[in-house]
Amino acid sequence: MEMIAEIVITACLVIGGFFGLVGSYGLIKLDHPMARLHAPTKATTLGVGGVLIASMLYSWVFETHGSFHELLITLFLFITAPITANFIAKAYLHRHEQEEVLPDPQGDKTWAVLNRPAFSPEPEETQKG
Amino acid sequence: MLRRLLPHPLLTALLTVVWMLLNNSATLGQFVMGLILGLIIPVITAAYWPDRPVLKKPMNIIGYVLIVMYDIVKSNIDVALIVLFKSNAARQPAWVTVPLDLKSPEAITVLAGTITMTPGTLTADLSSEGHALLVHCLDAPDPQAVCQDIKDRYESRLKEIFE
Repeated sequence: MEMIAEIVITACLVIGGFFGLVGSYGLIKLDHPMARLHAPTKATTLGVGGVLIASMLYSWVFETHGSFHELLITLFLFITAPITANFIAKAYLHRHEQEEVLPDPQGDKTWAVLNRPAFSPEPEETQKG
Repeated sequence: MLRRLLPHPLLTALLTVVWMLLNNSATLGQFVMGLILGLIIPVITAAYWPDRPVLKKPMNIIGYVLIVMYDIVKSNIDVALIVLFKSNAARQPAWVTVPLDLKSPEAITVLAGTITMTPGTLTADLSSEGHALLVHCLDAPDPQAVCQDIKDRYESRLKEIFE
């Protein structure tokens, strides 16, 4: 029984390490800021997930009482990862992407990031003073 | 009366469970402590939840979570393969507009989060009046298929749960 658990835990650690490594490598290899966002948001999910599953199994099999903290880490990770990615994407859209490059928002005027209210001053004017 | 004491039953349950998980114990004492927090916090923060999400079919959440977890594993492998074996020139990145049938903000948030976590797609923005999502695809030879896939696989299920 312990032998099987050890093998499973080892497998989870190796899988987790592999995906963490691929996610980090993707950051270097991919050539576009938006493409780079894909590597850490996804490949790392399984990377962290593998390590967490291994940690949970270890605490249940080899320690006196098990641990549930890993479930919470997963929950927090799933809440924060998409939001972080969304913020980085929005910052990128702000700084680099022109409206013509993006597809048409069907039904609406424009995308929220590019939507400048009529009353807001132009950025150039605010920088003068 | 019950509504004032218990403005957000789901939040109460969630807080109790999270408290017990944080303490890593399932004893009665921790359960009571979690329940006390779960009762007080929703009352204090009730002003910040003007529109509480109403779940029409809460049991469908289980099926949705299972599908999303399967897709996350698949997406991790897909992205890893693209990163390792596909040259940057051969990739076909694309921006896709996903028109929304969902109305409730919570449902749209869940959909946006799901899109970010699943195969080769990433939510970048919402349209100015909230009727469409801007999605970036890492490698999409057929952007329209990606859009249809998102609508069929996730949005229809979320619509059942939330609306």
